[in-house]
Amino acid sequence: MNSYRSDFPILDQMVNGKPLIYFDNAATTQKPKQVIEVLKHYYEMDNANIHRGAHALADRATAKYENTRKKIADFINSPSTEQIIFTSGTTGGINLVAQTFGRAFVGNGDQIIVSNLEHHSNIVPWQMIAQEKGAEIKVIPVSEVGVLDMEAFKSLLNSRVKLVAVNHVSNAIGTINPIETIISEAHNVGAKVLIDGAQSVAHISIDVQKLDVDFLAFSAHKLFGPTGVGVLYGKKELLNAMPPYQGGGEMIKEVSFAGTTYNELPYKFEAGTPNIADVIAFGASLDYLNSLSHQTIWELEKELLSYASKRLLEIDGLKIIGTAPQKIAVVSFLIEGTHPQDIGLLLDKYGIAIRTGHHCAQPLMQRFDIVGTCRASFAFYNTKEEIDAFVEALKKVVLMLK
Amino acid sequence: MAKNINQIQDSLIEEFGLFEDWTEKYEYLIDLGKKLSPMAEALKTEDNVIKGCQSKVWLSAKFEEGKVIFEADSEAVIVKGLISMLIRVLSNQTPQDILQADLYFIDEIGMSQHLAQTRSNGLLAMVKQMKNYALAFSLKD
Ligand SMILES: Cc1ncc(COP(=O)(O)O)c(C=O)c1O
Repeated sequence: MNSYRSDFPILDQMVNGKPLIYFDNAATTQKPKQVIEVLKHYYEMDNANIHRGAHALADRATAKYENTRKKIADFINSPSTEQIIFTSGTTGGINLVAQTFGRAFVGNGDQIIVSNLEHHSNIVPWQMIAQEKGAEIKVIPVSEVGVLDMEAFKSLLNSRVKLVAVNHVSNAIGTINPIETIISEAHNVGAKVLIDGAQSVAHISIDVQKLDVDFLAFSAHKLFGPTGVGVLYGKKELLNAMPPYQGGGEMIKEVSFAGTTYNELPYKFEAGTPNIADVIAFGASLDYLNSLSHQTIWELEKELLSYASKRLLEIDGLKIIGTAPQKIAVVSFLIEGTHPQDIGLLLDKYGIAIRTGHHCAQPLMQRFDIVGTCRASFAFYNTKEEIDAFVEALKKVVLMLK
Repeated sequence: MAKNINQIQDSLIEEFGLFEDWTEKYEYLIDLGKKLSPMAEALKTEDNVIKGCQSKVWLSAKFEEGKVIFEADSEAVIVKGLISMLIRVLSNQTPQDILQADLYFIDEIGMSQHLAQTRSNGLLAMVKQMKNYALAFSLKD
């Protein structure tokens, strides 16, 4: 038995009469009771609006809110807390960069590079700004096993490239991309780099200074924290040079009808009352993660990945989509003569939650000429016993369908 | 005389009443899906695709002698089984009857989860589209 499981109350339940097996961690991770407890405590004891009230609750809420910012800065080794901007999630962060950096620094005839592995969240915001500015989107191709073609990437680089936006880890097939090389090569031609860390931060430790990355976006809910909160890290000189995003309270210094002066970082980009409770609870999920260490998580998940990959291949006609040498614990697969949706539907009857479909990565599905996949994504609280039950159920499901 | 919509629903409920557990139900549904008469490839156009489904679902309809005839297909077999039941219930009926139909059988046979808004299998969209066709034909009539 895995000793971390008891920290996650949701895992202890029956679904369709069977013990829940949750293998949809790439969609969202479950929350430890430490996070749930903080959320509850906040609303029971501390709830107040932050940065404005001159009373005890407001002070307490503000201190806790800002303390999460500090924890995030430590978590990714940001040089300062001002460079940690709270957003609604990865998508929110990417849109912020597209609409501010993109608006200010991408012009007619410029280029933005993305990869064929991206989530729609890291494609559509760039298409929107490219269309508006008359810029072009270039795409790094992906090999048959699901690895970025780095030679092709290098040949795409030139002085018209203003930004390279790629994910650290692919949500659909689990590939870990060589972001160190991507960042340094992009910098050689003067391009900035945004890393979509949605799928990596929970599994791989990130040092933004060592990486020299310009922007990093990620979501709390994939990091054992609450939904509705995300982080955008940016280099200070870039964030300062970028125009503000949304207008409202908090992001201003002074407002008059003659003109408005904007607040300093990070508040310049945080208009309106933020998601205070969830930010505070996010701090608890970082504490939880730090108590385990990325190394422990990595070891556990690596074991689950190799065990699941091996056992799944026992099934006749099963093909794993994405077999990059560097992967996180995600297995995307197809079974000859079956449709992913049918597999997902029947596994649900066995209490097993996987994801089926295109995983918001339709260009990648087009690359492999498939409609979608079945995706099992693991977290450290999953077990080999669960994988055994999953494989046994899958065998039965295939029998039913064939 | 052909059976009316509720008679067909009642016989489906009776058939499903024989099953002991979910596996038998789904095996039957899969079987229905596999046996659904194939849709002419020419009808599988983008226009006939029902939006909002995880698997591709096509639906077409024609109006013959006062009755609406549906043809449908899907890439996924369980959805196809569900479609097959909808066709059995609603095809070859008059536009008025289709428009007024209350599809209680879905709930009765324990398949209402597939009609829920949260399910992206498009069954709900499919029923809506069938009724839209019926409405269009009733106006033409
Ligand atoms: C790689 C990747 N990027 C972006 C996102 C979007 O994250 P969110 O929906 O939390 O904004 C996801 C979530 O599935 C993802 O996996």
